[in-house]
Amino acid sequence: MPTTITMPQLGETVTEGTVERWLKKAGEPVEKYEAFLEVSTDKVNSEVPSPITGTIRELLVQEGTTVAVGTPIAVIDDVGAASKAAPATKPPETKEDRDTAPPKSRDAMAESANQEPVPGFNIPQLEVKSAAASSGAPAMVPPRSNGQREEAALRGVSPAVRRLAREHHIDVRNVRGSGANGRVTADDVLAAAKLVPSGAVSAPPAETPRTPAKPGPGNTSTYADPIPGTTIHLSSMRRIIAERMVESRRTAPHAWSMVEVDVTNVWEWRKREKDRFERDTGVKLTLLPFFIRAVVESLAVFPLMNAKFVSEGPSIYVEKDVNIGIAIGLPANLVVPVIKHADKLSIKGIALAAGDLIERARKNKLSTDDLKEGTFTVNNTGANGSVASAPIINAGQAGIVTMETVVKRPMVQDDDSIAIRYMMNSCLSLDHRVVDGYVASGFLADLKKRLESMGPRGAL
Amino acid sequence: MAVATSSSKVLNNVEAVRDTLYEALKNDDRVVILGEDVGARGNVFLITKDFAKEFGTERIIDTPIAEASIVGIAVGMAMEGLRPIAEIQFADFIYPSFNQIVGEAAKTRYRSNGEYTCPMVIRTPYGGGVRGALSHSVSVEALFYHVPGLKIVVPSFPADVKGLLNAAIDDPDPVLFLEHKKTYRLIKGEVPDGHYVIPIGKADVKKEGSQLTVVSYGLYVHWALEAANQLESEGMSVEVIDLRSVRPMDRTLILQSVRKTRKLLVIHEDNKFGGIGAEISAMVAEEALFDLDAPIRRLAAPDVPAMGYAMPLEEAYMSSPAKMADAMRDMVKF
Amino acid sequence: MANTPTQTRKSLERHGLSDEQLKTIFRTMLLQRQLDNRGFQLNRQGKVPFALGSEGHEALQAGAAMAFARGKDILAPYYRDLGLSIGIGLTPYEIMLSIFARAADHNGGRQFPNHYSSKRAGLMSFSSILAAHIPHAVGAAYALQYRKENGRAVLVTFGDGTTSEGEWHESMNFAAVHKLPIVFLCENNQWAISTPLSLQMGQPDIYKRAEGYGMPGEQFDGFDPLATYDAVKRAMDRARNGGGPTLLEGVCYRFLAHSTDDNDLTYRTREDVDEHRKDDPLPRFENLLLDSGVITADEVAAFKKDVLRETNEATDKAEAMPFPTADDLYKHVYEGAWEPWQ
Repeated sequence: MPTTITMPQLGETVTEGTVERWLKKAGEPVEKYEAFLEVSTDKVNSEVPSPITGTIRELLVQEGTTVAVGTPIAVIDDVGAASKAAPATKPPETKEDRDTAPPKSRDAMAESANQEPVPGFNIPQLEVKSAAASSGAPAMVPPRSNGQREEAALRGVSPAVRRLAREHHIDVRNVRGSGANGRVTADDVLAAAKLVPSGAVSAPPAETPRTPAKPGPGNTSTYADPIPGTTIHLSSMRRIIAERMVESRRTAPHAWSMVEVDVTNVWEWRKREKDRFERDTGVKLTLLPFFIRAVVESLAVFPLMNAKFVSEGPSIYVEKDVNIGIAIGLPANLVVPVIKHADKLSIKGIALAAGDLIERARKNKLSTDDLKEGTFTVNNTGANGSVASAPIINAGQAGIVTMETVVKRPMVQDDDSIAIRYMMNSCLSLDHRVVDGYVASGFLADLKKRLESMGPRGAL
Repeated sequence: MAVATSSSKVLNNVEAVRDTLYEALKNDDRVVILGEDVGARGNVFLITKDFAKEFGTERIIDTPIAEASIVGIAVGMAMEGLRPIAEIQFADFIYPSFNQIVGEAAKTRYRSNGEYTCPMVIRTPYGGGVRGALSHSVSVEALFYHVPGLKIVVPSFPADVKGLLNAAIDDPDPVLFLEHKKTYRLIKGEVPDGHYVIPIGKADVKKEGSQLTVVSYGLYVHWALEAANQLESEGMSVEVIDLRSVRPMDRTLILQSVRKTRKLLVIHEDNKFGGIGAEISAMVAEEALFDLDAPIRRLAAPDVPAMGYAMPLEEAYMSSPAKMADAMRDMVKF
Repeated sequence: MANTPTQTRKSLERHGLSDEQLKTIFRTMLLQRQLDNRGFQLNRQGKVPFALGSEGHEALQAGAAMAFARGKDILAPYYRDLGLSIGIGLTPYEIMLSIFARAADHNGGRQFPNHYSSKRAGLMSFSSILAAHIPHAVGAAYALQYRKENGRAVLVTFGDGTTSEGEWHESMNFAAVHKLPIVFLCENNQWAISTPLSLQMGQPDIYKRAEGYGMPGEQFDGFDPLATYDAVKRAMDRARNGGGPTLLEGVCYRFLAHSTDDNDLTYRTREDVDEHRKDDPLPRFENLLLDSGVITADEVAAFKKDVLRETNEATDKAEAMPFPTADDLYKHVYEGAWEPWQ
């Protein structure tokens, strides 16, 4: 076994050494710990003892030559080793090996296939991955509009104001500042945001290059971009959502019921119409408008489902209008824009209104008005395959109804035959202060009946 | 105005230190006190008055005037199983013992891989406002807080003094215990009876508020409270945090408060450059930038070697409740 | 005029040491030199970054170790005390763990070589800062006295250069004031790295300072393990029995450079060193034991072989042990877990 001897580091700050004199020639035997050369450095001069007992095979450096610490200077054959060792065979490296193997240390670089370096102080280099490389997706830079003007307007805007304005989609340039020299303060932004009742509306912020946050309770990320091991500080939107949910859950005794609806006919109807509809209007035709249409019709039969509990009194107020909120989940929060007077709209009208709201929600273009005055809510929970859910009622309403996912199932028909039908569950959460099971189940049964009798023909 | 109850006493800070030391001496034979003039004289502030009579000169050791060995001998005592409390008569005299504190006490556990430890307390009065001139007025916390392995405590209320001094004496690691000498007799407060411990490394909200977070410690906590109360009467709401420990530092509480108020003002008596405020500011800037609605501000002494003896020189160096109130107003209105 | 074996043996008897003890002293000296050289060899082989030598201190350290009561006394050594450390019970393997900075080392591979620490052996942890450990020794002595643990004493050692430090003076003073059970042993090898004694102090007899502090002082030949043993034993006995502190000065010489990082020929000549080598304590003591018949030539050869074997085994065993890991960096900052700020 041949051993490669490298220039030792004689002194803590020494980087090179000079081979002063070889005390052994090639071919001569050497004992472990026997000096076999003299080295001088700017700090010390010293004899170097052999790490093994063996025969000097080769002296790689001339006397008087200065080489860097770690440079191979001699090869010593172990006792019993053939003076000319056959090269050891080594399986060829696979690509994978190369990719995963740690970078070679200096000594390893100096190593020839069949030589073991003297173990010294090899400092493994850590592979440093760039943040960009590890974050996967190419970094996107947020689009800029009127860059220069915006920059000027944003001068003097504090980090907190920038963040809040982004979260609430408020243009700081339109906010009157109450701070020193008319500076827009964080409170000013929040006050502007409060004009929007259900919290301001927010779309996912444009992606910005993400520097991986280090986990730890002190590190933060955002709801839209949650990072494990970090804290998300709630935007005021999220805070409002949380407060309202708790409020609703605390004040309204929720009861829950579910029906199974055969939507085969309505499904066929939609299928038949959807391409033309999209061509004509630019809006995708989903099951939602059909469902909402059925809901408003059922609400007309059961007006108590379109009512609210008023704690002053206390009393129940039965709503005059039928305004249907549609819950839209966005990366950073949840918005519920409202289709006003949905009872006055055809299926097509509902489809267009809903399409418009959904698009504006995604583009974050909803106005305050869009979010006001809902009297009942529809939630399309089936979008992600849910078959049953217990939604929380929007505060100030009597109920919320879901459309669960549509699945094909073998169903036993009235004539005992088995047919493949499109089935959908619909779940209702109700405020038990406003309605009892009698009303609620009546409403659900009515809704089921209407949906099942819709289509497959009809006018949108 | 503190009022004693059936289970508490009203004490000033000297009495709080004295009572706590007394209890420690009574309850634990391993506790010894060593320092200059701690015996017959009972320390220059009378903190150890009559201790030597009661506990003997073997436990209350009047040392030669040699700070390096006062601390160094305490390190050896601690390594050998005692619980020494070393006193440096004034923080201004601590420099000769710097090596023993930083190089030895703080590293004993670490360098021996936990085989030897150094459970000891170094008590010292610090701080100005008492016409102490250059060598009886300095703050030394920033010189030591860079050092892992050492804990640093700076209480300013009598109840905190007692709880934290108990914690320091019980602590298995070296603790530098800084007592602001101006608060010694100036500050009185209710102190619960019996043994209790306040954990080292926990700050305390001394006044709640919503528009600005003020972090301070030592004498200046009292002045900051005075200023915050003044602002309260003007309709502004300021939160005052008493740091109590500068190492470990209660980052959680500071960040919580700053996230609520969105503004941070650090006030300390020590000079600004590289002071405790620098660390707090950097930490908040790293952790809570997007909660900040104003630049972080530090109110601290100017970068001059020390406060002078002449009154105008001392006043120019030190802050005051009025100066603090001005800074707070600016921050709230920003 | 050479002494006959009988005469020589007679002269040995006054030290009150058995043949076994004399052999132990000799063996400790041999082992110290072997281990000491091994550190340098390992450094020259590129296996360890640093080593400190103590050649020339063997007699002083082996003799002092013989006067140390294991399980009772406390040793507060400095970084040139390899022989003293093995003399009071550290093993060659422990020495090698320190040299190789392995995880199993007492200090977990954190400290320089030769900075031992062992609760088991009564060896106090110390740093590289000169004289910083001397007040620690005084504090430990205070603790012994305070707890009335009579029969125990502290032995604190240091080089000649350290006696210039303030903490040395402060400690001498305090120990004298309180009559503490401690022995201050100066291993005067006449060099503070490159600074000779003449530039270190105006009064070259260090032991004479004792009078200024109010304690006894004594100087002896540090190349003679038995003179060392006598002086240290007397002083330790005095300390153990309430007689207070003593300042001892053993005069020896540093044969090697200060460390593997030092070239001593930049400040002294080879002739100068060789002149002192004539007095090398190892052959001198070997001859004394042979002349007096305490030991045979065969035993000497066996000792030397044995010591080399022990050194080789310790070297290989320690070298095979793992290093500490990066995680170990975060341990023992304070008691319990410590989450450093990043």
